[in-house]
Amino acid sequence: MYTSEFAYKKANSVAEALSLLQQHPDAKLLAGGHSLIPTMKLRLAAPSALIDISKVAELRGVRKENDTLVIGAMTTYHELETSNLLKAHCPLLPQAVYLIGDPMVRAKGTIGGSLAHADPAADLPASMLALGAKIKAQGPNGTRVIEADDFFTGMFSTALQEGEILTEIHIPILEGAKMAYAKFPHPASRYAVVGVAVVVDGGNVRAAVTGAGEHAMRLGKLEQALSGQPLTTANIAAACQGLLSPGNLNHDLAASREYRAHLVDVMAKRALMQAAGL
Amino acid sequence: MADKVHIKVVVNGVERHSEVEPRLLLVHYLRETLGLTGTHVGCDTSQCGACTVHVDGQAVKSCTMFAVQADGSSVTTIEGLGSPGSLHPVQEGFWEMHGLQCGFCTPGMIMATVDLLNKNPNPSEAEIRHALEGNYCRCTGYHNIVRAVQYAADKMAGKVGVAADD
Repeated sequence: MYTSEFAYKKANSVAEALSLLQQHPDAKLLAGGHSLIPTMKLRLAAPSALIDISKVAELRGVRKENDTLVIGAMTTYHELETSNLLKAHCPLLPQAVYLIGDPMVRAKGTIGGSLAHADPAADLPASMLALGAKIKAQGPNGTRVIEADDFFTGMFSTALQEGEILTEIHIPILEGAKMAYAKFPHPASRYAVVGVAVVVDGGNVRAAVTGAGEHAMRLGKLEQALSGQPLTTANIAAACQGLLSPGNLNHDLAASREYRAHLVDVMAKRALMQAAGL
Repeated sequence: MADKVHIKVVVNGVERHSEVEPRLLLVHYLRETLGLTGTHVGCDTSQCGACTVHVDGQAVKSCTMFAVQADGSSVTTIEGLGSPGSLHPVQEGFWEMHGLQCGFCTPGMIMATVDLLNKNPNPSEAEIRHALEGNYCRCTGYHNIVRAVQYAADKMAGKVGVAADD
């Protein structure tokens, strides 16, 4: 399949990409391309230009700055999966990334591309919410930091504004925290029908779900029920019941609203059991 | 027509210079511009993995990448792996273990397998199945494909003995 015609511009820096975005207001940023290119092949998107930011060096890699992990937006899933810094300080991400797509998808897909695209069934948004990540964006008017809780605003919609580029993800290091991601994959696409990420830091529980609704969201009921409680099998089982009401959930051929609500409980329980080592 | 872009790509060790339309997919560049038809177009929707090639040592789906994105890169296709008289151990594994029926998915399966064994020379059966999740075979099921990968892993590790058919 061929996409519509477009002009190809390769950016070598964030500044150059911002300037290209100003010159080509109808352009799309090209990262790993594994959502954008299929969409263009189906002619659901026909940008006049693509600005390739995937090779911008300042947008790549994982580094540690004091008590924060800084992940460049163009860091690929494969790089996240194999990052020793993440394995040591944020094992949730390598574990969740291992469940994304397949190895070829993980070779190309990027964390920034996934978050900016905000597919309601993407895996990483749930982890961002559970980890309390901050998302950094650079635009013509400067740089700003957006809390993960404020970032996802709707289906394929985020707090990013026109002309802005998502540049970095900042993740607080929670030494000793227990964390895990459990996912029920769509049997063909491997997207999350439902995926739940949990982070238990001392008595503080943060949990979030993807695939269930219009965008990834915190599981407040679960957080309240378990915070301050010991992570026992009985406490986990008692907390993971009726976490979301089916009424507002997604429904499709893969899962009805009621089944999705059931899967949220089951995936939350599995993630917590795994995090607790039970 | 959008302006053509000059690209330089090393394909199977040979440096190629081409003027390409930005929308030309890497798989079409390989098949139609360079005549390397061993890389197949299967689903054309990033699912089936028949178009798998290596770009800078990483397996990717060449139907979901533009040729311009490979500018400056090194690409390996199935043609660059072995030759009829001197098969790559993974090609030999698919031959010996009958890891195919019609053969359409096989180039992609082999390229994905080489990528797996580069990263994990001694994978478990579960790891093999997980690593081949992006490659669909619609003929045989995956049993002999897994055996082919195990054969190749053993061969590449220098083990002479190979698990017998059961």
